Amino acid sequence: MSESVSKAEDNAAMTPKALAALKRSGFSRRDFLKHSGALIVGFSACGLGVERGTVHAQVFQGVSPGAPPPDRLDSWIAIAADGSVTAYTGKEELGQGIVVAQTQLIAEELCVPFDRVKLVYCDTAFTPDQGYTSGSQSHPANFNHSNLSQAGATAREALLRLASDRLGVPVDQLSAKDGAISVKSDSSRKVSYGELIGGKKFNMTLDKNAKRKPPREWTLLGTPVRRSDIPALATGQFEFVHNVRLPGMLHGRVVRPPAVGATLVSVDEGSVQNLPGFVKVVVKKNFVGVVAQKPWQASQAADKLKVNWTPGTGLPSQADFYEHLRNQNPTRDTLLVDSKDVEQQMSHAATVVKATYHHPYQMHGSMGSSCAVADVQGDKATLWSATQGVWYLRSTAAMVLGMKPENLRVIFTRGSGCYGVNGADTVTYDAALLSQAVGKPVRVQLTRKDEMAWENYGNAFVLEERAGLDVQENIIAWDHESWLPTLGSRPGTGTPGNIITGLLVGFQPEPFAARTPAPDPTKYTNNSNGVPSYVAGSVGGTPQGTGAIKSERVLVHNVISPFWTGPLRSPVRLQNTFAHESFIDELAARAKADPVAYRLRHLSHPRLSDAVKSAASAANWDPRPSPKPGIRKTGLSVGRGMACVAYEGDNGYSAMVAEVEVDQDTGKVSVKRMVVSVDCGPISNPDGLRNQTEGGTLQGMSRALMEEMTWDDQKVTSVDWSSYRTLPFGFAFPKIEVVMTNRPEEEATGAGELSITVVAAAIANAIFDATGARIREVPFTPTRVKAALKQIG
Amino acid sequence: MSAITLKVNGNNHTLDLDPGTPLLYALSDDLELRGPKFGCGLGQCGSCMVIVKGQAVRSCITPVEAVKGNEITTLEGLGTVEKPHPIQQAFIEEQAAQCGFCLNAIIMTAKAFLDKNPKATDEQIQAAMSGVLCRCFTHVRMFRAIKRYAQEMAR
Repeated sequence: MSESVSKAEDNAAMTPKALAALKRSGFSRRDFLKHSGALIVGFSACGLGVERGTVHAQVFQGVSPGAPPPDRLDSWIAIAADGSVTAYTGKEELGQGIVVAQTQLIAEELCVPFDRVKLVYCDTAFTPDQGYTSGSQSHPANFNHSNLSQAGATAREALLRLASDRLGVPVDQLSAKDGAISVKSDSSRKVSYGELIGGKKFNMTLDKNAKRKPPREWTLLGTPVRRSDIPALATGQFEFVHNVRLPGMLHGRVVRPPAVGATLVSVDEGSVQNLPGFVKVVVKKNFVGVVAQKPWQASQAADKLKVNWTPGTGLPSQADFYEHLRNQNPTRDTLLVDSKDVEQQMSHAATVVKATYHHPYQMHGSMGSSCAVADVQGDKATLWSATQGVWYLRSTAAMVLGMKPENLRVIFTRGSGCYGVNGADTVTYDAALLSQAVGKPVRVQLTRKDEMAWENYGNAFVLEERAGLDVQENIIAWDHESWLPTLGSRPGTGTPGNIITGLLVGFQPEPFAARTPAPDPTKYTNNSNGVPSYVAGSVGGTPQGTGAIKSERVLVHNVISPFWTGPLRSPVRLQNTFAHESFIDELAARAKADPVAYRLRHLSHPRLSDAVKSAASAANWDPRPSPKPGIRKTGLSVGRGMACVAYEGDNGYSAMVAEVEVDQDTGKVSVKRMVVSVDCGPISNPDGLRNQTEGGTLQGMSRALMEEMTWDDQKVTSVDWSSYRTLPFGFAFPKIEVVMTNRPEEEATGAGELSITVVAAAIANAIFDATGARIREVPFTPTRVKAALKQIG
Repeated sequence: MSAITLKVNGNNHTLDLDPGTPLLYALSDDLELRGPKFGCGLGQCGSCMVIVKGQAVRSCITPVEAVKGNEITTLEGLGTVEKPHPIQQAFIEEQAAQCGFCLNAIIMTAKAFLDKNPKATDEQIQAAMSGVLCRCFTHVRMFRAIKRYAQEMAR
């Protein structure tokens, strides 16, 4: 690896207007450097991996060329002459509260007051490449023994050594506090961090042996430090990406095809040329956009532009869609576990139980439609984007623009909550293409319809479960087979065609690689909770799952989706958990066993079992089989249900008890109470964890009861909030009780997607308890509940 | 295009606008205000909410012509970071936000309603809030913040 400190690089990847705007915002790069003492250095591509934390984590594709090397302390921390600390992180604020927690982490490790730390996140001019901020990975990545936390520990030890040299006192006789190091026996002998290193580089690698501060000494981590952004949010001062304004900025709107698969025939530019404020029509293959002086003018021009498209390529009928998925050919088959004795065990079983579950496509449905600002001039570009991965976006936006990635700067600027891959990346391509075409900064905000009709939806799913029970009603074999449609996803480092704008300008989505039959697994992977919690999870003889059932098989069929798909909060894990946790409940009912006791009987993992017990205990769970005795077949009936998950097998543990009231005459389900336990290892900020848990619980409830994407034979028809229903703010939401288990000595795991994962099954199980009717398809609309009630007569 | 005078947060602004321009565009583009936001452009989510003559109004579907001469209050017209309005302070106290994009909808709608109905019951507040959305589902603490404001007003 070669390093070259360069002064000429200053502002290299910034257009003049971008620079001017940054200066106006008080974030001039030169001033910033002067203040923080950081030096930005250029690096050759080095293939170093940011460590992912020790619990299960998503595949990380390696550090992008040009990103600060993750093994260097100066990539993470800088101390200015005044002793203030700047920390750089690749994990950004999406509304989940991770910025306050990361600031606590650095203040804690460095022994400085909270307000002396400034956290800079996700700007390709400054910050390390930590992949996407997604998948409940921020807590494990940055709060264990690598990356940001290890940088904090390394810096504290380095400062202690410097102080030892300066004061002539051994390190073990020194203590750090409030940004200074003093002699334990004589606190008047002290030296501040600013005096030790202010404005200079550490020039050292991250020390894997540097000791994190033990949790018993924490004074900031583990406390409910308040978020510093809320005053600005509550008073309308906060700058979202929607509010970025550059001098001379124009406004764009895109014109998407009217149907899935439609391609461009012709555009009549004359239809809008005389409109007020009109600047340009931009066409690139199937991408069409307009640019105008003002947003309302751009909106009118987009509406009035005459565009001819071919008809769409046609869509499968929604009424038969789940059957269509099961019959898809080709498929890509993956075996996660296979003990090879499942059929044999089933043939010996006293009873074999089967059930099939269905889950629809659902939307991110961000409150604010996605927006981005781009300033592309000549061979330089600056992009303001709410992307979850600035470095990846830099790489794929460069492909879309036909530019070199090193000439792009991507600045993460907060958007509306995304919950996964919403329109943030695609609208950044839109803005970049339009800016490139007019040579001026352009802001684009999608319409509600453009956002919803072309999302990378959360996956639809067909999930089959089959289990064999012995004469004591113990589960002796579990077989799970699912059909999962996918198309596109996050663009990653090199696939802009994974999202709509990339496809429109000519890139292709990740190719579908058919594979049948599935090869035998060679190493264990939970694969987004494809493996049920109750099986042993053995590959090569070593059980790595969370359950006791030894006879096991899990087979996944990926099939081609007619619609874009991509991660939506608890992607795939939520759908798998709905099926597994409904099915264990069906088995418990068959065994006439209490659903909590029956779960515990088949689990082998103490933390998951503890999560189940915590939720049950807090809910005053009444142990008895479901359905409850003495159900009357009409009117209101109440019941309770349990569900649990070890998120991705080892990235957080949660269980929920839902109490519902079912109107058996109308099929309406009202959720009255939700008790949820969460265990994410050490709790870094209890109020942040509570906020995420509460929000996930209600979002999960909306998805379970109401949300379903719809289409006709040509196009998506759920394109606004009247055609895609979600629970409004004013609904009578249930009482929510959060039970947080703090485990300071364990590894930090994911937290933000725990509660949402268990909601659908907890509610479905409660409906069963209340009525005896089993509902196996999300969402649980009154019509579906009525149909399920009718089935049991 | 014609000259239209809008009275926003106590100040008059004369703007050259197509009279059919939705108020939201004048506020967020011409006046560069950050409180009212474009969420759907269809009057369905409430992100664009402002208060006109004491009423919560969806500025994305309200033409500027319809409100010229009226006092228009936006989220930034209530209070500042240094001196927040009591309802804004209630949201800060309750840490009632996740992404925060919907705060404009929730705060402006709740304020307009509670100022007219200070003794509203929980059910009445819920009914008044049934036309706005929060996709992070920060309902628990946002509702607590609204109640905190209501209780402070009742004192």
